[in-house]
Amino acid sequence: MVTDADLDEAELERQLARTWTSKPGFWGAIASVDHKVVARRYIVTAFVFLILGGILALAMRLQLSQPEARFVDADRYNQIFTMHGSNMMFLFAVPVMEAMAVYLVPLMVGTRNIAFPRLNAFSYWLFLAGGLLLWISFALDTAPDIGWFAYVPLSGPEYGAGKRADIWAQMITFTEVSALAIAVEIVVTVFKQRAPGMSLDRIPLLVWSMLVMAFLVIMAMPAIMFASSTLIMDRLVGTHFYNPAEGGDALLWQHLFWFFGHPEVYIIFLPAVGMVSTILPTFVQRPVFGYLPLVMALIATGVLAFGLWVHHMFVVGLPRLGESFFTASSMSIAIPAGVQIFCWLATLWSGRPVFKTPLLFVIGFIITFVIGGLTGVMVASVPFDAQVHDTYFVVAHFHYVLIGGAVFPLIAAVYYWFPKMTGRMMSERLGQWAFWLIFISFHLTFFPMHILGLQGMPRRIYTYQPDLPWAGLNLFVSLSAIILSLGFLVFFIDAIRSWSFGRPAGDNPWNAPTLEWATSSPPPPYNFRSIPVVDDRNPLWSQPDALPVSSGLRTDRRELLITGVVEALPEARESSPQDSVWPFWAAIATSVMLIWSIFSPWAVVWGSIPIAIALIGWFWPKGEAEDES
Amino acid sequence: MKERVVLDVSRLPLHGMGIASATWWGTYAFMLIEGSGFGLAIVVYFYLMFLAPQWPVDAPAPDLWAGTALTALLVASVLPNIMVSRWAQKRNLKRVRIGLIVMSLCGIAPLVFRVFEFPALHIRWDDNAYGSIAWTLLGLHTIHVLTDLIDTLVLTCLMFSRHADNTRRYGDVEDNALYWNFVVITWLPLYACIYWVPRL
Repeated sequence: MVTDADLDEAELERQLARTWTSKPGFWGAIASVDHKVVARRYIVTAFVFLILGGILALAMRLQLSQPEARFVDADRYNQIFTMHGSNMMFLFAVPVMEAMAVYLVPLMVGTRNIAFPRLNAFSYWLFLAGGLLLWISFALDTAPDIGWFAYVPLSGPEYGAGKRADIWAQMITFTEVSALAIAVEIVVTVFKQRAPGMSLDRIPLLVWSMLVMAFLVIMAMPAIMFASSTLIMDRLVGTHFYNPAEGGDALLWQHLFWFFGHPEVYIIFLPAVGMVSTILPTFVQRPVFGYLPLVMALIATGVLAFGLWVHHMFVVGLPRLGESFFTASSMSIAIPAGVQIFCWLATLWSGRPVFKTPLLFVIGFIITFVIGGLTGVMVASVPFDAQVHDTYFVVAHFHYVLIGGAVFPLIAAVYYWFPKMTGRMMSERLGQWAFWLIFISFHLTFFPMHILGLQGMPRRIYTYQPDLPWAGLNLFVSLSAIILSLGFLVFFIDAIRSWSFGRPAGDNPWNAPTLEWATSSPPPPYNFRSIPVVDDRNPLWSQPDALPVSSGLRTDRRELLITGVVEALPEARESSPQDSVWPFWAAIATSVMLIWSIFSPWAVVWGSIPIAIALIGWFWPKGEAEDES
Repeated sequence: MKERVVLDVSRLPLHGMGIASATWWGTYAFMLIEGSGFGLAIVVYFYLMFLAPQWPVDAPAPDLWAGTALTALLVASVLPNIMVSRWAQKRNLKRVRIGLIVMSLCGIAPLVFRVFEFPALHIRWDDNAYGSIAWTLLGLHTIHVLTDLIDTLVLTCLMFSRHADNTRRYGDVEDNALYWNFVVITWLPLYACIYWVPRL
């Protein structure tokens, strides 16, 4: 039995490459279970959805740029804003954050692949199918037109004729199953596959944030799965969950949706703060200030996230005591948010900042997020919320926290990790252009929406009359949106150009301290030649000359280390599954069943048979070396 | 980057069991997902109940015999289930095979009673919201019984194949047993909701 201890470096790399590299060709690509390959697909697909969602936003801004405009009719407009919200939340924001986790977590904890890599591949195919379902239905003029939170009775059988609401609900199922799959992988990867010595207090902050995010997904997404499934049942087989005439309740939908929907915001936001806490120390070249409070803040935010949902429902007439409770809990989320912001400021203050593009976006994030947070505290107050509910004030608020709070850090993360993912640097000059264009025009686009909201402009209206005082600001917002899209265009051009023509990056271009920078850029299919051993929170800073590693893993099968949950002491040499086309077939079978079930309940019965067959193919042992024990 | 070897792992086992197994943790994570789902379904049950002027709505309380017999059967099945898990731990292939056959039967038998549970509700899913949630609770649990039954059947076949005598398979048997315990335990609050809450 060959282990890596017996081989010199070149021979070791040759053998590892042979064991870990996917087969070439179309089916090799389909079968790949390399977390980096899957994550790259995920990220690219999610950014394509971002572009498509952005085009929809521009279409809305075109329509609203002047009163009584006739570019888009009311029905199409309803589809467009529903598509924009659903697409951005379910097909861009959550998947892109999870995809960053899928790429980075295994590298940052120093392992060779994510836990359950076939489930990971399955998750991507299912996500892709869900996205196609939504966008093809839009192309066929049957896209959902019920808003991204699909309130009943509008989405119920009485008002939502046709299949539009069902397509929305089933798109939810697709994306939630794929998100849940990734959440399980992340939890197990972080718990069991950390490099030896990476005890809980040495886990990189990004990994902590992804772990908390994964638990939020696990606890919150069942609510929306239950909601969307029962909505389809109300529409297809005549159940009465949301029908008040037969003992159901319309507000039940809102409770279920927001019990998921509010944690959803933190599912997007927590990875973003993890990115900030990771990027910031590198660009001030000192360890982050307040590691422990930052971890506590992540966990506290995660726990509090489940006690806030009713603040989306302040105007539906709930008991006063309940509303007061949720005002208090909503405001209390400002405490962990504040702790994080002060830790970041202290880190900046006590280091020597190098103002490269990633740091610019991080600072842009801090400014924008603080503004969004302040309006958040404002709308947490019931009387204020009653005034601005369903107005552009709320639209402004959530774009501040979602774009400012999550997309800015995400772009920072792309600039930061692009060299690791592609082996090439992005352009600093274009990066600066992208930052200033995006940062300034973002505020020009969204700040006036606060004022429009205070002036009473409701959201989701497809046009307004000339005698209302909104025309000037709307035109201004629409023009600013064009500059904003130009900023994103510069960013995308930079990314595409740098992918092939960027300056070669080397292993660690930023002199960063975490493990992903210990391997080559892009990393080989096996990630690390030898599994690192960790004795510090910033391993590459404390051991700049030589990386402490372990030896003794086999090279003739895909093997990685399993370690203990708390102290990460080695427990076993575990195999990691081979490539397989079965996850792809399982995803096809699941997609057929899910789409068919919009039309007939029997799909659940007959459609499950191919799924079962695919799963058996997936799990049945093939007598490979990976099966030895 | 240059490397310095500080740890030799070549003596570690080729596969971890119990908490050293990724699958064990994965099973728990999935149980947490499904447990959250069951929990929510129960919350919805009570939510609808507190809205209704009387409960059950326009129906008598469900007949007890089928559900109670099924509950007794499920609880009894925990014993052979734990035995199979122990035999798997001891890598006793012969007993594991017998145990899995028993557990397959323990998966099929409740389904027979389940068939009688739906009519015992005395209401259809499309009569009113009470019917909807009662059928959903039963349906949700039935899906779990079915899933674990299929898993057990496939595993039984696997343990009669050439791949059987492998620590990895014994781990699968233990995880499958773990999941069956989950299916049984989650049934108990559902049983109380469906059959006893309407009698309060």
